[in-house]
Amino acid sequence: MTVIAAQFTYWVTIFIAIAGLYIVIARGNLIKKLVGLSIFQTSVYLLYIAPGKLIGGTAPIYSVDFAIYSNPLPHVLILTAIVVGVATLALGLALVVRIREAYGTIEEDEILAQEAPPDAVATPRP
Amino acid sequence: MKDYLVLRVIAKLMIGFMLLFALYVQFHGDFGPGGGFQAGVIVAASIVLYAIIYGLDAARTVIPDRVIEALIAVGVLVFAGVGVAGLLLGGNYLDYFVLSGDPVHGQHRGIFWVEAGVLITVFAVMLKVFYLFASRGREADAE
Amino acid sequence: MTSHFPILQVVLPLLAAPVMVLARRAGITWLIAVAMSAAVLGMAGWLFVQTGAGETISYAIGSWPPPWGIEYRIDAANAYVMLLVAAIGLLVALYSRASIAAEIPADQHYLFYTMFALCLTGLLGMAATGDAFNLFVFLEIASLSTYVLIALGRDRRALVAAYQYLITGTIGASFIVIGVGLAYLETGTLNLADMATRLPDVSDQRSVRAALAFLTVGVSLKLALFPLHLWLPNAYTYAPSAVAAFLAATATKVAVYVLMRLYYSVFGAKLVFEELAVGRVLIALSLAAMVIASAVAIFQRDVKRMFAYSSIAQVGYITLGIGIASETGLIAGIVHLFNHALTKGAIFMLLGCIALRAGGVGFDRIAGIGRVMPLTSFGIVIGGLSLIGVPGTAGFVSKWYLVVAALEQGALWLAVLVVASSLLAIVYVWRFVEAAYFNAPSAHIAALKEAPAGMLALSWVMIAACIYFGLDTRLTLGGATDAAGALMRGWP
Repeated sequence: MTVIAAQFTYWVTIFIAIAGLYIVIARGNLIKKLVGLSIFQTSVYLLYIAPGKLIGGTAPIYSVDFAIYSNPLPHVLILTAIVVGVATLALGLALVVRIREAYGTIEEDEILAQEAPPDAVATPRP
Repeated sequence: MKDYLVLRVIAKLMIGFMLLFALYVQFHGDFGPGGGFQAGVIVAASIVLYAIIYGLDAARTVIPDRVIEALIAVGVLVFAGVGVAGLLLGGNYLDYFVLSGDPVHGQHRGIFWVEAGVLITVFAVMLKVFYLFASRGREADAE
Repeated sequence: MTSHFPILQVVLPLLAAPVMVLARRAGITWLIAVAMSAAVLGMAGWLFVQTGAGETISYAIGSWPPPWGIEYRIDAANAYVMLLVAAIGLLVALYSRASIAAEIPADQHYLFYTMFALCLTGLLGMAATGDAFNLFVFLEIASLSTYVLIALGRDRRALVAAYQYLITGTIGASFIVIGVGLAYLETGTLNLADMATRLPDVSDQRSVRAALAFLTVGVSLKLALFPLHLWLPNAYTYAPSAVAAFLAATATKVAVYVLMRLYYSVFGAKLVFEELAVGRVLIALSLAAMVIASAVAIFQRDVKRMFAYSSIAQVGYITLGIGIASETGLIAGIVHLFNHALTKGAIFMLLGCIALRAGGVGFDRIAGIGRVMPLTSFGIVIGGLSLIGVPGTAGFVSKWYLVVAALEQGALWLAVLVVASSLLAIVYVWRFVEAAYFNAPSAHIAALKEAPAGMLALSWVMIAACIYFGLDTRLTLGGATDAAGALMRGWP
């Protein structure tokens, strides 16, 4: 029990990561895949931020009254990672919008069914 | 949705406050949660609210497409330009120490301009993404 | 000014990108792209000459001293890769004007050049940086612009290819972030050189080994190591020709450099190759790539797809060189990195010439094209000879060094497999020769002219480089030897 309690955040991180990866692999809907990807990236943020808070640490602004400060560097790194994640999500959604216009569907198996054999004449995009 | 009086009035009240709050978040990034990215998203959200209530064309009249694309580029140039300014003033790239006579004040200046660049770019990108997604649905409906 | 070259060569394309967005007209943005690529090549060349003498250039961004600030650390290994990327960038920038005129709508040309500039920024930043998280940031810059570049392809399958690459590439990048995070938690620093000094103390911890595993999987996804290669065939086939040429020559190569840097300079060869069995895993996967990808290439119906599978096989040769874990193996891997980039870039450029004239590169569409486009087809044949490893071409030098490295370790079976998989390459190159020269051209093909002079000349510059570097290996082999020496010396 103490093992679970002491490492609670890591257990949650692993659960969210595997849930996200499972969604990416198991779901054929393109938007659901993007949702799973976002969930997976969220677990990575948790992996960085949770160890940044030190027990007894205060906010990292210098003051003579405090000796232990929480680590601000993980927060900076994760801000960058969140922005990268948002950009990736926006790009993914833009691609899904174009795919919907080109194929009429966003289910992966229906898209693959519409694929002609690779040597056929190219079908132009709308 | 501009036929609904309540929505129109509340939107007009809220948008001003949202923009002011975005500026607050932008400048208090040094002292609390905030900074360029968050403020940019709030500014974009206020314009999106305007577009939802008054229509996409009204929003496009307020902030045209060409202006948005230019703003995306300008924001990146401001950020990169701060770095180049550090180079020209004798330091390394993105050196804030040389931006003013006093190194601490130089850091303040550098972070201020960098965050301003981030605000402009994030606001412009978020709004452009909204314009693109919203206008595509309309073209499909019009067919 | 020259002391700022490490950062300027990354920042110049980054500055050029918004200027291109503001400029909007295709002609002006092309000129900006070419000018920027030429300047970057000049800087990369200067850095290559400086570091060839064994010097390591350290540049502190923001004047924050390492290890607290982000540091750019250029030694012989980075400079070699950056020279390659910059050279390919200039050639593709010059080539792309005529190529994308036929494949991308005119109002999107300025966006193509913008994304090209951002991709160049990302790749050069990945190669130059000495900070682990900065590596991830530039990796994502390069990857996101790559997804857009691929999605610009004519065929609607380019969109699906870009989407699949986005999903797998983001998972790979997230794995890299997890690996960097675990390493940061163990060592307390993000600076790669500082990490290298601190890792030996904690290298028996399970989280360090997990960090190595996550980083390996993440980077292997980017360099398309079998079995993480599934995004590559679709991405290269449906992307515009200039994009396929640029990516085939640079994206996987920079990822290989990152892998070598992590293994040799950060984690240390002792941990990676002696205590853990990473070398043997790499050898097994590389052999699988070499044999299976070459075999699959033989059965493709589209020439571009065939050469895409060939790329997967050739990356297998590079990682085989790394997996052998000796200095000769490392030199073989690095020199094959350079030679394959030249060869594949040239082949995809020439295929772009064919696509421009013939409208597609399926085997049925190019039947008999050797008679109407003789220079183009002959160029592809020479490129194919370099892929096989015929003496006199660049590919031979790298295969030779691989065989020597294998024999040095006493692994005769490995040398035999290297030669045997080259025989598979003969089969798929012969398929192209047969289709181009031994079939009667259809009426549609017979009416075609040779490719435009500009595109043809640039592609032949690369083909000529393949032959030149097969005969005079001072630059490639000398640079690779310096690079391998720099990697094995490590950073602390």
